[in-house]
Amino acid sequence: MVVECLKDQGVEVVFGYPGGAVLPIYDEVFQQNGIRHILVRHEQGAVHAAEGYARSTGKPGVVLVTSGPGATNAVTGLTDALLDSIPIVVLTGQVPTFMIGTDAFQEADTVGITRPCTKHNWLVQDTENLSSTIHEAFHVATTGRPGPVLVDIPKDVQFASAGYTPVKQVSTSHYQPQKKGDMASIEELVEAIETAKKPVFYTGGGVINSGTAASQLLRELVDGTGFPITSTLMGLGAYPASGDKWIGMLGMHGLYEANMAMHDCDLMINIGARFDDRITGRIDAFSPGSKKAHIDIDPSSINKVIRVDIPIVGDVGHVLEDVLKVWKSRGRKTDRAALGEWWNTIGEWRKVDCLKFEQKGSVIRPQHALARLEALTKDHDRYICTEVGQHQMWAAQYLGFEDPHRWMTSGGLGTMGYGFPASIGVQMAHPDSLVINVAGEASWLMNMQEMGTAVQFRLPVKQFILNNERLGMVRQWQELLHGERYSHSWSEALPDFVKLAEAFGAKGIKVDQAEDLDEAIKEMIAHDGPVILDCLVEKHENCFPMIPSGEPHNKMLLGEASTQDAIGTSGAVLV
Amino acid sequence: MSALHIKKGSTKHSAYNLRPQFSDVQETHTLALVVDNEAGVLARVIGLFSGRGYNIDSLTVAEIDHAGHRSRITIVTTGTPQVIEQIKAQLGRIVPVHSVNDLTVEGRSVERELALLKVEGTGDKRVEAMRLADIFRANVVDSTLESFVFEITGTPEKIDAFAELMSPLGLSEIARTGVAALSRGSVG
Ligand SMILES: Cc1ncc(C[n+]2csc(CCOP(=O)(O)OP(=O)(O)O)c2C)c(N)n1
Ligand SMILES: [Mg+2]
Repeated sequence: MVVECLKDQGVEVVFGYPGGAVLPIYDEVFQQNGIRHILVRHEQGAVHAAEGYARSTGKPGVVLVTSGPGATNAVTGLTDALLDSIPIVVLTGQVPTFMIGTDAFQEADTVGITRPCTKHNWLVQDTENLSSTIHEAFHVATTGRPGPVLVDIPKDVQFASAGYTPVKQVSTSHYQPQKKGDMASIEELVEAIETAKKPVFYTGGGVINSGTAASQLLRELVDGTGFPITSTLMGLGAYPASGDKWIGMLGMHGLYEANMAMHDCDLMINIGARFDDRITGRIDAFSPGSKKAHIDIDPSSINKVIRVDIPIVGDVGHVLEDVLKVWKSRGRKTDRAALGEWWNTIGEWRKVDCLKFEQKGSVIRPQHALARLEALTKDHDRYICTEVGQHQMWAAQYLGFEDPHRWMTSGGLGTMGYGFPASIGVQMAHPDSLVINVAGEASWLMNMQEMGTAVQFRLPVKQFILNNERLGMVRQWQELLHGERYSHSWSEALPDFVKLAEAFGAKGIKVDQAEDLDEAIKEMIAHDGPVILDCLVEKHENCFPMIPSGEPHNKMLLGEASTQDAIGTSGAVLV
Repeated sequence: MSALHIKKGSTKHSAYNLRPQFSDVQETHTLALVVDNEAGVLARVIGLFSGRGYNIDSLTVAEIDHAGHRSRITIVTTGTPQVIEQIKAQLGRIVPVHSVNDLTVEGRSVERELALLKVEGTGDKRVEAMRLADIFRANVVDSTLESFVFEITGTPEKIDAFAELMSPLGLSEIARTGVAALSRGSVG
C-alpha cells in the first residue's frame, strides 16, 4: 500500500534505511521495480539526500526509516528542510499501536519529537487512513511554503490490509494557501516601481521554490525595469550571475555593492526572502531610507522582523505575473534618469572590487581554488552542493549560477554534513550531470560514511574539499571576537583523504601546490566515479567581505586591515 | 490547608513569560481558533507559544462539533501589536487550524470564565464570605460546616475581584477554566 501511494505520487527514488518497524514496507519495496531505493549509511544522510534531490528537481524528496533511532537520526535533516522550506516526505516505522506508550523496543514519540521540526506530521492509527494520509502529506509538503512532513506508521498498520484511496479520490484538503496576490497592493508596488530613484530587487529561495516559471518572470521584470538585483544565499540562480543587472549576493558575507545598494536604496522589493538576520544585520539601521515591498506566500514572514510598506501575500510566480501585467499595461514606466544615476553609484561601489585576491606563491588560496573550479566547470551541466563554513561562503561568492535548482546549500540551519549526502541526492536525480560538493574538511567528516552509498550506487559525485585543517569559520570568529584564542577550532588527526577514498573503493586526489591545481580539478572531473579531491589551502585565510554582528550594511569589513576591534560587546552576543 | 495569596490587583497569570518586555505597548488579545479535533493539535498550538516565546494568559479548549471533528480554542495572549500579528500568522500556518479570529479587534465580543473557589472558615468570616458571594452572584455548590465551594462566572476581572475579596476570608483553593469568548451579533 505504501509503495502504491508513492508510485501514485510519481515518486521514483526513496532514500532510506531499514529496521524492525519498517520491515513490511521494505518487503513491498523488494517485490517491485518501479521505485528505486537508495540505501544510505545514516538516516541523517537519507534526509539530506532527499533535500538535494528536491532542491535540484523541484519535486518532493522521499525518505523511509525505521522507528526510534531511525526517526531520531532524521531530526537534523527535518529541521534543515524546515528552515530552508524544502519539500520532504519522511515515512517512519513505529512500534505496533497496541505497544505505543509502553517503552517498547525502539519506541520513540516520533510525532512528538518531530512536531516542531516538520511543517506537519501524522501518526496513522488505522490502515483505512493510510493511503489518504500519505497523499495528504505530499499535498502539505508541496503546497504553499514547502516544507518537510512526516508520517509515522505503526507496524500493525503496515501489516493490516484496507481499501486503497487513489490520489484523485482524496477529499480535498482544507489546506489551500492563497496564491494570488491582492491587486490593490500589486498596483501600489507598480506605482512605486514607476517612481523609484534607487530601487533594488532583493530575492530569495521563495523564487526558486515557486518554480522555474517564477525565475523566468523575475528575469523579465528585472530586465524590463533595469533595476539592480541581489539575492540571498538561498536564491542564487533565480537570476543569472552573468546578467548585467546582477550585483551579487547580499548579507553577512555578501558583496559590497549589494549590501551598499540595500542600505542606500529608496525602494526595496523583497521577493521570496525573509529578512533573515544574516541579511539584515542590525535591524534598527537596516536600509533606513527605503520603502519596502515584500512578496511571500507565508503571511507569517511578513512584518516578522522588518516592517514593510507594501505586503503582498501570494505565490511569487502568480504575483510577478500580475506585477508585470499591470506594469506593462500602465506603459512600462520607470524613472530612467534617476536609474542612470543609481547605476553610476553602484558602479563606484563595484570598483572597490571586494572579492579581489592575489594568488602568490605555491600555497593555494581558497578563493583561487574556487575561481579555478569555476573556470574549469562553468561550461559543464553542473550542480553545486556545499557544506557549512568559510568554503560555503567562498563558493557562493566565486561560483556563478545561471539557473535555479543548481545550488544546494544549508542556509537557515547551517548544517555541517549537509553537502555530501545532498550531492548524492542530486546525482540520483541527474545521473549524467557533474555534481560537485564544495566541502570543508571538518564538515565533510560529519557524514563521510555516505562514501559507501556513493560507491555502491555508482554515483560519480565529486567531493572538492578545501582543507584548511581548521574549523575555519569558527577560527575566524575567534580571531575577531575572542582575542585570537583558538579554542578547539583546528582539525587534528585528519584522515589521509586519498587513502580514505581508496578504502571505500573510490578515487582520491591530493593537491597542495597552486601550479598543480588545474590538473587535479580536471582529473576529478574526468574520472567516472566518486572522487575526493583533497585540496590543501592556506590555513589562516578569513572570509571577506563581512558585516560584523550587530552592525549595519554600510559597516562592512573588506579585509584583514579593517578587523581591529570591529565587533563591539553587544555584537559579540549575537551568533 | 494553607491560604492562597493572590496579589492585589493582579489580573494576569502568564504561563510563558519568556520574552523580554519591549518598550512598545503591550496589548492583551483574545483569539478564537477553530481546529480539527485530532491528536496533537493542542500540543502544536502550545508548542508554538513556548517555542517562539509568546505569552499565554489563558487557554481553553473543547470539542464543539462532534460529527465534524472540530474544536474551538480560546487563547488570551499579551504582546506588542507586532507580536500579536506574528502569533496570528503563525497560528494560521498550523495545518489543522481552520480559522484564527482576533476577537479583540474584530468588534465587540463577550468573554466569560468560570471559577470554583474553596473558602474555609467559621463564624464572622463564613458569614461575610456568604454575603459577598451573594453580591457577586456566586452559587454555593458544596458546603461543610467549615467550608464552602463557590461557583462564579463572569469576566476574568470579576473573578479576580471576587478572589481578592475571598483571600482574607479563608480562600484555600481556586480552579479557573480560562476564558471562553464569542463575538457579539450575528456571524454575518
Ligand atoms: C552540525 C554543526 N556543528 C557545528 C557548527 C558550527 N560551525 C559552523 S562552521 C564550522 C566550521 C566548519 O569547518 P570546515 O567544514 O572545515 O569549513 P571551513 O570553515 O574551514 O571552510 C562550525 C564548527 C555547524 N554549523 N554545524
Ligand atoms: Mg576547514
